[in-house]
Amino acid sequence: MKPSLILGALLTLTFILAALISYLWTPGDVEAVNIAARLQPPSAAHWLGTDHLGRDMLSMVMTGARTSLAVALVAVGLGMGLGVPLGLAAAARQGGWLDELVMRTNDLIFAFPSLVIAILITAIFGPGALNAILAIGIFNIPVFARLTRGAALSFWRREFILAARVAGKGVPRISAEHILPNLANLLIVQGTIQFSLGILAEAGLSYVGLGAQPPVPSWGRMLADAQTMVSLAPHVAIVPGLAILLTVLGLNLLGDGLRDALDPRLRPSRA
Amino acid sequence: MSLSSRQKYPGGRGAPATRGAEPPVRQAPEALLHVEGLTLTIGGTAILQDVSMSLPQGQILALTGESGSGKSMTALAAIGLLPERAETSGRLRLSGRDLLTLPERELCALRGREVGMVFQEPMTALNPVQRIGDQVMETILIHRAMSRAGARARAAEVMARVGLDPERIPPTRYPHELSGGQRQRVGIAMAIALRPKLLIADEPTTALDVTTQAQILELLTGLVREEGMAMLMITHDLAVVAGMADRIAVMNAGRIVEQGPTAQVLAEQRHPYTRQLFEASRHKAPLAPITPGETQLSVQDAVRDYPLPREHPFAPRRAFRAVKGVSFDIRRGERIGLVGESGCGKSTLSRAILGLEPLQAGQISLDGKPILSHGKPDPALRRRVQVVFQDPYGSFNPRHSVGRIIAEPFHLLPDPPKGAARQTAIAAALTAVGLKPEHEEAPIHAFSGGQRQRIAIARALIIEPELVIFDEAVSALDVRVRAQILDLVAELSRTRGLSYLFVSHDLSVVRSITDQVLVMREGEIVERGATAEVFDNPRHWYTKSLMEAAPRLPAPEMGGDDDAGGEPL
Amino acid sequence: MLGYALKRLTSLAVSLLVASLVIFLVVEVAPGDPASYMLGMNAQPDTVAALRSELGLDLPKWQRYLSWLGGMLSGDFGTSYTYRTPVAEMVAERITVSLPLALYALGLSTLIALPAGIYAAARRGKAGDAGVIGATQLGIAIPNFWFAMLLVLLFALKLRWFSAGGFPGWDDPLMAMKSLTLPAVALALPQAAILARVMRSSLIDILSEDFIRTARAKGLSRRQALWRHGLRNALIPVLTILGLQFSFLLAGAIIIEQVFFLPGLGRLIFQSITQRDLIVVESVVMLLVFAVIAVNFLTDMAYAIADPRLRRPR
Repeated sequence: MKPSLILGALLTLTFILAALISYLWTPGDVEAVNIAARLQPPSAAHWLGTDHLGRDMLSMVMTGARTSLAVALVAVGLGMGLGVPLGLAAAARQGGWLDELVMRTNDLIFAFPSLVIAILITAIFGPGALNAILAIGIFNIPVFARLTRGAALSFWRREFILAARVAGKGVPRISAEHILPNLANLLIVQGTIQFSLGILAEAGLSYVGLGAQPPVPSWGRMLADAQTMVSLAPHVAIVPGLAILLTVLGLNLLGDGLRDALDPRLRPSRA
Repeated sequence: MSLSSRQKYPGGRGAPATRGAEPPVRQAPEALLHVEGLTLTIGGTAILQDVSMSLPQGQILALTGESGSGKSMTALAAIGLLPERAETSGRLRLSGRDLLTLPERELCALRGREVGMVFQEPMTALNPVQRIGDQVMETILIHRAMSRAGARARAAEVMARVGLDPERIPPTRYPHELSGGQRQRVGIAMAIALRPKLLIADEPTTALDVTTQAQILELLTGLVREEGMAMLMITHDLAVVAGMADRIAVMNAGRIVEQGPTAQVLAEQRHPYTRQLFEASRHKAPLAPITPGETQLSVQDAVRDYPLPREHPFAPRRAFRAVKGVSFDIRRGERIGLVGESGCGKSTLSRAILGLEPLQAGQISLDGKPILSHGKPDPALRRRVQVVFQDPYGSFNPRHSVGRIIAEPFHLLPDPPKGAARQTAIAAALTAVGLKPEHEEAPIHAFSGGQRQRIAIARALIIEPELVIFDEAVSALDVRVRAQILDLVAELSRTRGLSYLFVSHDLSVVRSITDQVLVMREGEIVERGATAEVFDNPRHWYTKSLMEAAPRLPAPEMGGDDDAGGEPL
Repeated sequence: MLGYALKRLTSLAVSLLVASLVIFLVVEVAPGDPASYMLGMNAQPDTVAALRSELGLDLPKWQRYLSWLGGMLSGDFGTSYTYRTPVAEMVAERITVSLPLALYALGLSTLIALPAGIYAAARRGKAGDAGVIGATQLGIAIPNFWFAMLLVLLFALKLRWFSAGGFPGWDDPLMAMKSLTLPAVALALPQAAILARVMRSSLIDILSEDFIRTARAKGLSRRQALWRHGLRNALIPVLTILGLQFSFLLAGAIIIEQVFFLPGLGRLIFQSITQRDLIVVESVVMLLVFAVIAVNFLTDMAYAIADPRLRRPR
């Protein structure tokens, strides 16, 4: 196993554990405002210092991980849950009306930068974590649909699929029995990449105020709060940023490592 | 292995390592290409062991053997294009200079000028985004051999020489606008543009149709004779070798097992491996005589169109007609061949028979019932026709075990066997194709190409079909394995009274395994008859041209154990 | 080539039409009546009704869609509900910040990424390659707005080489470019990381193709084969990513403008959302989508120029 894969797995594990532990325990109370103890640098009492309201940064980062995890996970789930079946169906009838519809809709969604989708959704429903999930998830659908369709198409031309058709198996059965299992590795790898992109997107949306709303902590909003304090206490900006960086880095290393370990021929799209 | 051979013959000189290898020529002048004790390892794996051979100016040396024998690696060594991780010992001299020790700069100056090379795959060997004329000119310009204008004139001259008519194929064309044979001509033009002393051709016709193959081989031999070049020809096809080479070297597992003048090697076949290769190439499967029964499969005026992409959004849809109203019958027990060149529609036709492709007109029926009714195949009919495909690697879901793969056609039965009955059926199918019942649990990637084709046959036979379609089923196999699979097919036909349609581009294979043959060209069947009759006395001009183009092995001089006798093909 | 362009152009027009319909419908279902917003909580119902008819909000939906669409085609984007000025003017003013920023970033990213990717591919498996891969891993993982904050912290607050934000206008082009430099770097770096990876892997793929071996057999050195035959083929997938990146840069610019307090389209869109100035939201979103679709069209055309196989349909 390559060291980068192990590093990636460790970083990812740390992130997930931090999010899970935060439900049970955090070093400090993330809702306890203590102006007297504001903007303290890292110390024994506050390992990562305190923010502009005197809250413990470590606790904030742990609780913020929860939001990132939830938003990214649901968004990827939404993208996979809808995108993969659509891609499979489109590939099974290449050139058919469903294929055309799926591909054209994909193109249309790709024409809207994901943030623009988020802005539109926020314009209608108002900001919030749920809408962030929706905005990121919608953008994930065409990613998975396109990837699945492309890979499935190459399988439909393979002789073992022809053999299954000669054995009288229909499209849904072949898709489930022969194609999907062979796509699993590819989807796992792309899933980790979309997961990391989802965390970045959630942070960006929260930063501009379109993501999770107070009092739910999120890394993006921690950075937004830190912006005016950055010259006074750089750690308030550095800590949440590093949390994002390390998590995304870990997921990317994990994805690349999995790709190499599972099948060197896999090539997920980075777009 | 390589170590022991070096210990035995320190310095790699002196005693020849193999029977039949000639002692190195000691008297001057040395041959143009002179290889001595060449040993090559990549990452600790021995690829070539103690390879020695020599090729004088103006001669053709054919290097032959099965896949993995090391013949292509020898060719790459001779042009100094070995993979970076390759470690070599021994000598490989071209006009007196040792290519194994020459620095990269000097190798670059030598490649293209003194040695040219033609590769196997014409579809990928050319840069897709550069005009063919520019690609030919580049050989000249990169060596600064001529001015631009001079290079252009020389490129035009060479392209005309290799048969690219400037009226029809101007140098401004891109590779994708050319056929495979035309692209291979461009490849040859690039290789000979600077009149190299040595031309290396690595399976130059393996990817081409038989008529194109004959033209390219004629072009290559003509070039060698006219320009006084030497040619190192790499091929797996003994019939090709027999027709053109002055000398043959037979390779097996990284060693040259036998070499000498072509006629002598063909006649003597001193090494047992050489003998096995020749026998397998000439192999005729023992077909038991049959009396055909009633009509089983009937194809009537079958037409298959493929829609073409529109030229622009408002253009009318056009279609390509792959099968143009084909009719024929197969009677119970008959063994029929379907031959034709790539793109003639033979695969489309066989897929239509399997019910995988709809027809636009006409009908295909089994015992009078249509295979497809309302676009849906009838499972009861479908289970009576099964198939074996070409690709031993692409024909199986890589995630399934052998047992699961073989049992897949059970899906066609209304009441598929379960538990012990299923086990027994799988075991019986494996035994029937010469494998063992315990192979059932193994994953498919544990098997070789030949074993995989046996598994494919087991899958086709498990529900006891009446008709099997072999779609290029032995085309990807080496000759010795191919002979074994053909024997298996013949045996199954004898023991089970199976009828089959054997689709292939390879005329010698079809001759050895069928009683009747259909010749297909551009979507139509142009000739049908008894296989021996059609092959020996073709009536249609196209069949005649096919038969003339096919390379053939001469009859063995010592009678002996093979059964093909002196038959052509 | 002409047929191909026509085909692409048709699909461009269809995409734009569908996108406009989607945007119109989405904004249409948004809760909140612009007229009530503009007049405040205490407005009389008849005043609101009068304003609604003045803004054309009382017309049937399809009629409003058509007039909006027709206006867009003739360059009339309507009038802002809040400021009562033509939307076209507001957009034109803001675009002089956003477009140069996106192009600046695109240029930077290409300038960094392509050489880095080529360098890494040429030294595949060696230290230089590992260095580029490591740098791209970091670059992809860095959130660009955080990177922007770090840039401000270092170059504006500590070193005082640049200002921390704001935009002086184009009267002094040099100052304008200077104030766009930190935002452009922040935008470009993560994109450059992606582009460098694509360039590297595409070139590595191409270098293992048969025609590279053919070129080497003609006497080209490894380096010559890479530049003469590898690069042009490898650029084809890079072009696709470059086209896609434009949309990422536009979206990214919306956030980066917030970090640097730049008066671009991003700030305009946020302002308009809070003020329920829906006609501005509609128009800016439509403009962004148009830019993305148009750039994709240009990418397709560049594709066809780079790859002769695409020029005629087969």
